[in-house]
Amino acid sequence: MPNAERSPQVALFVTCLVDMFRPEIGFASISLLQQAGCSVEVPERQTCCGQPAFNSGDRASTQDIARQTIEAFDGYEYVVGPSGSCIGMLHHYPELFEATDPWHARAQDLKARAFEITSFLVDVLQFRGIQSEFDGSISYHDSCAGLRELGIKTQPRALLSQVAGLQLSEMDESETCCGFGGTFCVKYPDISNRMVENKTANTAASGAGTLVGGDLGCLLNMAGKLKRQGHEIQTRHVVEILAGQNDLAAIGESEVRRPATAAASPYDLAKQL
Amino acid sequence: MQITSPAFKQSARIALKDASLQKALGNLKAGFPVKRAQAVARLPEFDALRDEARDLKNHILENLDIYLEQFESKVLQQGGHVHWCRSSDDACKTILDICQQVDAKTVTKGKSMVSEEINLNDYLEKNGVTPVETDLGEYILQLRGDHPSHIIAPAIHLNLEDVSEAFHQHHHRPKSSDPAVLMQEAREVLREQFVAADVGITGANFLVAETGSTLIVTNEGNGDLTQTLPKTHIVVTSIEKVVPTLEDMTLFLRLLARSATGQEFTVYNTLSSGPKRSDDQDGPENFHVVLVDNGRSDMLGGELQEMLRCIRCSACMNHCPVYGAVGGHSYGWVYPGPMGSVLTPQMIGIDKAALLPNASTFCGKCESVCPVRIPLPKLMRHWREKEFERHLSPKAVRYGIGGWAFFAKRPRLYRLLSQGSNLALRLLGGKKGLIHRLPLGAGWTDGRDMPAPSGKTFMQQWQAKQQVQQKQQQSPQEQQS
Repeated sequence: MPNAERSPQVALFVTCLVDMFRPEIGFASISLLQQAGCSVEVPERQTCCGQPAFNSGDRASTQDIARQTIEAFDGYEYVVGPSGSCIGMLHHYPELFEATDPWHARAQDLKARAFEITSFLVDVLQFRGIQSEFDGSISYHDSCAGLRELGIKTQPRALLSQVAGLQLSEMDESETCCGFGGTFCVKYPDISNRMVENKTANTAASGAGTLVGGDLGCLLNMAGKLKRQGHEIQTRHVVEILAGQNDLAAIGESEVRRPATAAASPYDLAKQL
Repeated sequence: MQITSPAFKQSARIALKDASLQKALGNLKAGFPVKRAQAVARLPEFDALRDEARDLKNHILENLDIYLEQFESKVLQQGGHVHWCRSSDDACKTILDICQQVDAKTVTKGKSMVSEEINLNDYLEKNGVTPVETDLGEYILQLRGDHPSHIIAPAIHLNLEDVSEAFHQHHHRPKSSDPAVLMQEAREVLREQFVAADVGITGANFLVAETGSTLIVTNEGNGDLTQTLPKTHIVVTSIEKVVPTLEDMTLFLRLLARSATGQEFTVYNTLSSGPKRSDDQDGPENFHVVLVDNGRSDMLGGELQEMLRCIRCSACMNHCPVYGAVGGHSYGWVYPGPMGSVLTPQMIGIDKAALLPNASTFCGKCESVCPVRIPLPKLMRHWREKEFERHLSPKAVRYGIGGWAFFAKRPRLYRLLSQGSNLALRLLGGKKGLIHRLPLGAGWTDGRDMPAPSGKTFMQQWQAKQQVQQKQQQSPQEQQS
């Protein structure tokens, strides 16, 4: 439990995809952390967690990036990011260095301070003060790294249950990979495509108007597929909904619109005919 | 068996378009994982048993030489023979020798993935001995000139119509699509083979050191007829299958059936402890155990040692979304799915098998269901590192990752790169904010759109806000002064 006398000091790990594709997720994260009583800083030296190098077998580059990230977040009480995958990568850092290497201890230290945002709000802060409203039904995709490396399953749902008006409509196989997998989606596009087709089919069958998740990589993949298939289903990061960013266009859209119900989508009507 | 692992991508593309295969894979997905989950739910101590099994396997691997020698001496005491074979060739020659010693014409075979690994059937056939597969799935494959696509359900890639056609062609009987009729037909044909065989070859799920026993688990009972009726029984198996005691074996059996098929116990669990004794009513007169190494001892003491815990339950492939999309044949050798993506590079070389450990999103589902807690994603990553170290990775990957890492290590340059890319992507996205065709990114945009960035980078917007705040804080001070 954080000290009640003073506010928790949080460094935001923006993550490279949020920086590049959807800055609003970063601002929503800051807003939520501040609502929960944290003081938030954004360390300037941060870049990417190094996962693309790690999963491509380039251990030397991964170590370099890990050292640079450890230094960027040195001294902060907590490091919080809106991604189970990137925070999961920070948790891999200790295995990059021999136990006798001083960087190993520093990596362990970072790991102990690094949290995915929904897990930080629920598990560390026991935060129950979500103020937002959302008029519609959502379905939640459990991104793999968050789910299996960090145990994130109930935390986003606990927070979403506090959003006024929001209905949760669980899809089948919510824990099955969407086929993004970082470089996997471009190295094995045919297989990736089949996996994301399964995911959009399950999303559509859930009847939810909005697909929500906690990892932007997966969300870009699923939103891209939903768009290509002509679905009306919108895609959003969980912090956007929790922070009440209702005036923000959904991922892959340029205009704000009310989320449709899945049954009203032309794609599904066509399927029914 | 011909190795087609280097063509994984092409095979996968064909598999994804094969309607019949996709139907069969749909049946797999709806079957084993659901039944496993139900079986696990009925056994509250399942996860504790997994920990116990992991620890016991680690202990065995640390003392493998001791348990194998104990096993050998027990088998010898009971009148059996043990053959140590370093390679596939050694194993095939040893088995052929035994067959020739008893002048064997036909051998019946129980299901054995090690026999697939050493390519035994081809070797025997080339040398005048006819192998007859007696596991129903393997028998169907043998009729079709096909090979297994799954380690416990070898013909999982086929549908009823395929079986019906194969039987009709080879048994010269009226075509039937009734599973019961087909089963009876296979029984009648195989019964003759069981009786006629000179040698029976089975695999082993476990070797018990304290009793010198080999164990097979089957659901069809074919293994029992294979090993009991002929005068000679050959067990072909691998060195990591040994367990210290019968009690230890039961721990693995509890995990194996549940993880594999969702059964609480496999139907037939048959122990063989040496040849027929004087007061036995039946059993083989000669009992041979062929212990295959084939690269396994090289895994001991190294990063891949944990893979030797594998008990061949198939849970990893049953739950793998990649296996579920492309099926086992796409992997191009004997062992498919996540466990195969770790074993195959060890056995046929990373130069031929590099595409397999890369064909994973590292979703971690395999590790989460593994009964002996093998960290399969970590072991697949090990092979990616070997591939990268040996400069075997495709140039696009090497240069792409290298170039990107150059920037990721340099925050200021990285900002410039991300700002430039962000602008370019926004321009490509146009008014709709959606990219339909991305130059150099066809892998993404052939199948899906790419959402364009919603605005300038976070860091640009954050710094702009910080500057505004600083000015607001400064201006009242300026007015005061």
